[in-house]
Amino acid sequence: MTALLSVRNLDVSFTTYGRRTQVLRDVSIDVPEGAQIALVGESGSGKTVLMKTVMGILPQPPAKVEGGAILFDDRDLLTMPERDRLRLRGTAMSMVFQDPMSSLNPVFTIYDQLGTILKHADRRLGRQRGRRERWARVLEVLEQVRMREPERVARSFPMQLSGGMRQRILIAMALLSEPRLLIADEPGTALDVTTQAQILNLLRDLVTRQNLALLMITHNLGVVRETSTYTYVMNQGRIVEQAPTAEIFAAPREAYTRELIAAVPRLTGRAT
Amino acid sequence: MTAPVLEVRNLVKTFAVKGAFGRGRGIVRAVDDVSFSIGAGEVFGLAGESGSGKSTIARMVMGLSQPDSGDILIDGQSILGRGTSLAHRQQVQMVFQNPGASLNPRRTVGQSIRVPLDAHNFAGDRRARVGELLEMAQLPAHFADRFPHELSGGQKQRVAIARALAVEPRLLVLDEPTSALDVSVQSHVIELLEDLVAQLGLTYLFISHDLSLMRNFAQRVGILYLGKIVETGPVAPVFTAPQHDYTRLLLASVPVISAEEEALRPTIPMIDGDIPTAEQLLALRELSQTKEFKT
Ligand SMILES: Nc1ncnc2c1ncn2[C@@H]1O[C@H](COP(=O)(O)OP(=O)(O)OP(=O)(O)O)[C@@H](O)[C@H]1O
Ligand SMILES: Nc1ncnc2c1ncn2[C@@H]1O[C@H](COP(=O)(O)OP(=O)(O)OP(=O)(O)O)[C@@H](O)[C@H]1O
Ligand SMILES: [Mg+2]
Ligand SMILES: [Mg+2]
Repeated sequence: MTALLSVRNLDVSFTTYGRRTQVLRDVSIDVPEGAQIALVGESGSGKTVLMKTVMGILPQPPAKVEGGAILFDDRDLLTMPERDRLRLRGTAMSMVFQDPMSSLNPVFTIYDQLGTILKHADRRLGRQRGRRERWARVLEVLEQVRMREPERVARSFPMQLSGGMRQRILIAMALLSEPRLLIADEPGTALDVTTQAQILNLLRDLVTRQNLALLMITHNLGVVRETSTYTYVMNQGRIVEQAPTAEIFAAPREAYTRELIAAVPRLTGRAT
Repeated sequence: MTAPVLEVRNLVKTFAVKGAFGRGRGIVRAVDDVSFSIGAGEVFGLAGESGSGKSTIARMVMGLSQPDSGDILIDGQSILGRGTSLAHRQQVQMVFQNPGASLNPRRTVGQSIRVPLDAHNFAGDRRARVGELLEMAQLPAHFADRFPHELSGGQKQRVAIARALAVEPRLLVLDEPTSALDVSVQSHVIELLEDLVAQLGLTYLFISHDLSLMRNFAQRVGILYLGKIVETGPVAPVFTAPQHDYTRLLLASVPVISAEEEALRPTIPMIDGDIPTAEQLLALRELSQTKEFKT
């Protein structure tokens, strides 16, 4: 049986000012339903480009998909009609972006933006919900992502929120759209560790109870160790190592993986 | 004794927002009577809850917004009212929390790094300096011609660091400066920042959610909660024997990669199998006087 998302031998390049650079080389990853998969790796190694290719939002040109396949539910996203693909995006598959402001519209309130997503999700799932219920549901999700003053936040514009609050709005958007596949690009970087742990618990619940397929990109190896079951390590556009997470930490095979683990700052302070 | 490089006294900042049910006006007390000071060559860390006022403090230190009350002194001189002057900007530089939004999308990387050099009439060869700064940030020289949208998250963050270092400020405000970097590049950036303390006597206000990094990089920390500093002191005692429940809750939640670190984390009672909020924790403490809650 194939995983819900299966990326097969993907090659992607960028051409800028006539110079062509290969950004992804022969990348293959699997994200099954009910599993929490981690992708770690060098800054600039191609993690975000990979996710954008999966979501179908890579600007082409300058980017070009040179080869490979991206199977979602056994259908190749790269060859399916654009209309079908559009229907999946933001609904059956949803993404939390690394840069929150890129997914928030500065001139609409948080409620306007979340309410719209909820309307779309309701329509897709054939549900009816009035204005009042919509407002209540949005507040409920804001509470789930541990917002202190959900009402105030709902009436705010993105610029009136802190970095971590914006990041949680993106997670709220993903929750409201009820996707089957969620790709989260550094979802916890702007959150204090307590809030981060609470949100990771929330996501884990969705994985175990609702069979969500979760792919998480993160530089935080502690988060990887404590939340994911399987890990891919990326360096210079390639997957250089992959294994069950416990194995990666117990016995990293690649020099690059060992370098990463050695570079993690320790809560116990510097070894002297 | 010489004056601290940065001294913040009883800082208060509120924002007016829409009130309940969209009617009237409400108030957010983003920063509520915060005081701390940082000596020359020192790294002072600020950590705390998301939304507790860290970036708001940073913006006021930068002179980008004015406090409701309180004072901010640099080398013993109040900066209020002259916050955005050129002289102040050369003394104080900042790496913003969101590198994507802090770089001008229409400027190439090289142009962005050059702005402070031109503004402060940098005396040496400016082109060469841009190259040097890119190298310090571990970016290839040809990145000077790229635009921000052609960079990865961590690459943008490194451009922001290079730009902040361009004119060798006295005080550098770092708001989550390495959150988009892999730990290997992060450790190079931190080493670079440490070298600059040794070479130029730079001073840092370092804001981060990464407590393990803070333990290694800062000498003293302040823990913010709901706009107030609830605990402050040298890193070692704060991390090994936290006095405030919120600090303890934070430390209990740090994701770690080894058993030794797990042993250092305080134990916190779970509520319905979930991590409690700070309020729940404080309420529990009122109720019970069990050992792990004693301060
Ligand atoms: N529009 C573009 N034009 C040219 N090169 C690009 C473009 N977008 C990304 N790149 C390059 O592709 C490479 C991969 O970028 P990507 O954003 O996927 O990295 P990443 O692994 O997400 O890194 P980080 O951890 O720093 O976010 C980088 O070297 C980047 O500079
Ligand atoms: N311009 C504004 N208008 C209204 N409220 C604001 C404004 N700027 C900040 N706030 C509020 O002030 C509080 C503190 O925000 P701040 O950005 O300082 O938090 P932070 O500690 O940096 O959080 P994070 O760790 O999430 O970045 C938040 O509740 C935020 O919503
Ligand atoms: Mg990225
Ligand atoms: Mg902030």
